[in-house]
Amino acid sequence: MSAEATVPEVKPNYLTADHGLKSWLLTLDHKRIGLLYLLGVSFFFLLGGIFAMLIRLELLTPAGDMVQPDTYNRLFTMHGVMMIFFFLIPAIPGILGNFLIPIQIGAKDLAFPKLNLLSWYLFMAGGLATFGAIVTGGLDTGWTFYTPYSSTFSTTAVIPVGLGIFVNGFSGILTGLNFMVTIHRMRAPGMTWFRLPLFVWSHYATSLIQVLGTPVLAITLVLLVLERAFHIGVFDPTRGGDPVLFQHLFWFYSHPAVYIMILPSMAVISELIAAFSRKRIFGYHFVAFSSIAIAVLGFLVWGHHLFVSSQSVYAGTVFSLLTMLVAIPSAVKVFNWSFTLYQGAVSLHTPMLYALGFIGLFMIGGLTGVFLGTLGFDVHVHDTYFVVAHFHYVMVGGTIMGYLGGLHFWWPKITGRMYSEFWSRMSALLVFVGFNLTFFPQFLLGYMGMPRRYHAYPEEWQVLNVLSTAGASVLALGFLLPVAYFFWSLKFGAVAGRNPWGARGLEWETDSPPPTLNFDQAPVVDHEAYNYADDAATPGMKPLSAH
Amino acid sequence: MSSLHVVSVKTYVAIFLALMVLTAITVAVAFVDLGPLNNIVMLGIAIAKATLVVLIFMHVRYSTRLIPLIAAGSFFWLLILFGITISDYLTRGWLGAGTPWGH
Repeated sequence: MSAEATVPEVKPNYLTADHGLKSWLLTLDHKRIGLLYLLGVSFFFLLGGIFAMLIRLELLTPAGDMVQPDTYNRLFTMHGVMMIFFFLIPAIPGILGNFLIPIQIGAKDLAFPKLNLLSWYLFMAGGLATFGAIVTGGLDTGWTFYTPYSSTFSTTAVIPVGLGIFVNGFSGILTGLNFMVTIHRMRAPGMTWFRLPLFVWSHYATSLIQVLGTPVLAITLVLLVLERAFHIGVFDPTRGGDPVLFQHLFWFYSHPAVYIMILPSMAVISELIAAFSRKRIFGYHFVAFSSIAIAVLGFLVWGHHLFVSSQSVYAGTVFSLLTMLVAIPSAVKVFNWSFTLYQGAVSLHTPMLYALGFIGLFMIGGLTGVFLGTLGFDVHVHDTYFVVAHFHYVMVGGTIMGYLGGLHFWWPKITGRMYSEFWSRMSALLVFVGFNLTFFPQFLLGYMGMPRRYHAYPEEWQVLNVLSTAGASVLALGFLLPVAYFFWSLKFGAVAGRNPWGARGLEWETDSPPPTLNFDQAPVVDHEAYNYADDAATPGMKPLSAH
Repeated sequence: MSSLHVVSVKTYVAIFLALMVLTAITVAVAFVDLGPLNNIVMLGIAIAKATLVVLIFMHVRYSTRLIPLIAAGSFFWLLILFGITISDYLTRGWLGAGTPWGH
């Protein structure tokens, strides 16, 4: 008997199908590109996190005693630039969207695999160019690049960072385009629009924003670079231009960009709530269309960033009213998730803890958004820590909770291994507690009038700032813990099997990790999404040990 | 399939020449003072040129109906950007806004 005959045949998957650095750097497999994004995004998240910790350390004491004011300006700018453009925007679409969309619709890959690889290279090129600008002196304009400071007065690396973000923008545009074409053209037989998982609907809405909005940011940054380099005068009143025009153009993209961050997170949450309640999402159609409504309405509200920027009272009033409208589809989602939980067989595995955390934190973030959309209140707290707390509740409490929840949910699919349930629950707890401890005091500070972007503050605000810094440390621990047990799981984790959560969806019907072409046989879909009701024999979640 | 529609070289050349002629007219108009009409004429010519490029060079005219819909959608979004931004600029004089502190 030959040696080969005794070795059980191991089926190749997308990780083992090919080997070597070249097979990764030139891969056209959407799943491998998703993992490449995981590497890049994690690196930029680490950088952004280091800047955040340095900001919080400076604010531990009232005096500006740790860094110079100029350095502090660079710290909060680079924190914002790194986190927004290179972590929050690409994280979920780049990693989970790339990995899951083709599998969830029953396709072999995205419509344009080469374009997908190009997207990753553009993302890395933009990110590394920006990283290079940090190393060689940084940027101090704030992530918002407001003119005339950025165009005329700042002596820092406005042009290199602007170009880095410009290049990165094309990565987002191409990814959005790729997703849209894929969802339109590559659905498996029987996978109608209303059988799509809500993950796909929400990513479709995200893609719409990326394709329609990002070019405007690109144009705005080009105008800024031209203004700075050649003084063309678009934003310069002495030459007939207007600095506030920059804010209009910038926020036309950058407000919808908030929805580029939150919609993919909502995409994840819909999947988690359904899987861990063992129920079809309540009001599937409403949740699907609420994503599209958020994408469309998100384009009509940018002027609420300009309430105190000499925008006309008429425009301010209209923007204030339009801003209220976004609350409607957002509330539709939250209510429908809550109704899905009602009478569901709810189980509190780690991804579900993140999902429930998301709902709570997004509620606070969203409702304070309604406060801020109100003209009079915004004038009171504009540019204070109230605003900082609000958008961190949406971006960190929203996007990062969804990102981590999704990563924990699909980690067994991506790697084929389970992580420690105990430690992962601990990390979810640390993130939730650490997050609230960091950012809730900032609402109070902001309401009392502490302005953002200052490195010193009056002594009476120290207690709340110490709480915030302590919370940031807990939060950092909560983010580092998954790194440890995810790496641990790769070698020591239990083999996950196809469907460790007993969830519904095409991705759970293929191997973990999936084969290169995703399915052994092309799937044909003959049922709705989230068909948990069909599974009457096993109403509750099976314990993990049963798999 | 409609996306494989082949456009004759003659059409391309004709469109190219039309674009050149329209460019020449734009330049010529710049030397004539028509008052406010200057901007209207120039923007009109620019829109005509863009329409030719989108319909013929970018094959939108020969595509399935979804493509013109998406192209029109992107122009509609441009209209939102311009329209609402201009609504700010045109109304800054109302209610004394644009004159800080009511002076």
